[in-house]
Amino acid sequence: MVLGLFNYWAVVVLMMIGFYIVITHGNLIKKMVGLTIFQTSVFIFYISIGKVDGGTAPILEEGIKLYSNPLPHVLILTAIVVGIATTALGLALIVRIREAYGSIEEEEIQHKDDLA
Amino acid sequence: MEVVLDVMSGTCLLLGGFLAISSGLGIIRFPDFFTRMHAVGVSDTLVTVLILVGLLLQLPEWLVVAKLIFILLMTLFINPTASHALAKAALKAGLTPKVSGETKEGERS
Amino acid sequence: MLALLVGVAAVIARVRDLLAVAMLLGVYGLLSACLFVFMDAVDVAFTEASVGAGISTILMLTAVAITGRRESSSLYRSSIALVLVVLTGGLLIYGTLDMPYFGAIDAPANLHVSPRYLVDSLREIDVPNAVTAVLASYRGYDTFGEVVVIFTAGIGVLALLSITREPKDSDEEVDALNEAMHDKHLIVRVVSKMMIPFILLFALYVQFHGDFGPGGGFQAGVIFAAAIILYSLLFGLSTARRVINKPVVRVLSGVGVLLYGGVGVISLLRGENYLDYNALRENPIDGQHLGILLVEFGVGVTVASVMMIIFFNFAGRREHLLLNKDRRE
Repeated sequence: MVLGLFNYWAVVVLMMIGFYIVITHGNLIKKMVGLTIFQTSVFIFYISIGKVDGGTAPILEEGIKLYSNPLPHVLILTAIVVGIATTALGLALIVRIREAYGSIEEEEIQHKDDLA
Repeated sequence: MEVVLDVMSGTCLLLGGFLAISSGLGIIRFPDFFTRMHAVGVSDTLVTVLILVGLLLQLPEWLVVAKLIFILLMTLFINPTASHALAKAALKAGLTPKVSGETKEGERS
Repeated sequence: MLALLVGVAAVIARVRDLLAVAMLLGVYGLLSACLFVFMDAVDVAFTEASVGAGISTILMLTAVAITGRRESSSLYRSSIALVLVVLTGGLLIYGTLDMPYFGAIDAPANLHVSPRYLVDSLREIDVPNAVTAVLASYRGYDTFGEVVVIFTAGIGVLALLSITREPKDSDEEVDALNEAMHDKHLIVRVVSKMMIPFILLFALYVQFHGDFGPGGGFQAGVIFAAAIILYSLLFGLSTARRVINKPVVRVLSGVGVLLYGGVGVISLLRGENYLDYNALRENPIDGQHLGILLVEFGVGVTVASVMMIIFFNFAGRREHLLLNKDRRE
């Protein structure tokens, strides 16, 4: 059972590492990195669901009978590109925050906000 | 003829694998930035070439051979350039050989 | 492989230097791409390698260059966070105990729609790459939404980071800068000048070959943008601005979305459903081919131009900040 479910558990561990980074680090860029790790772990989860033992890549050809499931591939393709779009937007926001507050540590930003 | 090709391809692949492991060890154990760069250069270029030549010697269909040759050419171009760029950046940041210190960021042009 | 990924992620959590974190994220992306190849997801591996290991690293590095390299060392409430994380992880693992084993052929995910896609796509669409068939034709509406999302991200970055008054370097200044830099960075420049045409050609190959092998609009757009970004990294932003006309790129990003939507509207005007490619030609198979070609091209154009917009705005912002800092001092 361990071998059959091992991929899910590794994905959960990755997810939790990303989650931990998002919660504990105050630096905004580190948080974005944690979010990216979280996203990628979800991608691995979906793709591992679609894998079929003994199947090949879902490019239809003569003589091959068993293919891996193409549907998760499509969903994750979309998800990867949307992920980079949100990462880019998040980084742009961080750059502007840096210009406005002078730092990207959460505590210093809160401090400046409380002073104002 | 078949056997000779198989043996040569196997030797190339095994040698490539061994060099990869040894250069990985080198990256961890070498004392200085520039010696580590040398280890990276070995693994990037030499190992990739050996493995690709080993795969080529298996003589698959001609389309795969053409693609492998393209990858080989690109690797030969790009990897030494990357090593050169890294070393140049390190020199520009003030890191000199025989002095191990903090690796500082080299500036992108 | 998964263990390697977990190791890299754990190291990312501990490292303080943000530059190293950006590089490690690139390594993480590449390892994920290898993992996807193991799991037979070649299209996804292609996209993850080009996007996650390429563009994402560049964007992170540019952002880190603007915001500063080190992270200050306070980790607040880490013990409570650890407990919370372990608890959530435990619950999730408990949830996975019911899931089908890795690679099981009778897993529910493989049973309902996917056999129909695999079996019928050759008959209905005649495109060997099942992922492209599903992406562009069966689930074309979702892909349209995705293209709009990318376009919106481009607009968002434009709204946040664009500089309205740009330093207009005269041609002599740019040439002088080029001559000075040329000697200093000779090898890298020469090699990349040789490589960039091939990269662009490869992007076009991936775009149009997406029907028969891994590829398609997204990967092609990203690779195209990566070639242009390489050029501007090595030859300077001012030189790159002479090559890439900014208003044209902005218009192109909209043109891609318009092309995609336009194909759907044409289907509507011919009496079928929105984005039903069967209506584009008399022979439905030809219609599907034409529809997929146009749609993927629209996707590629939008993705390439949006990635270029994002990079140029990030780099331009940094240039603007450095110039202003010099002027103020």
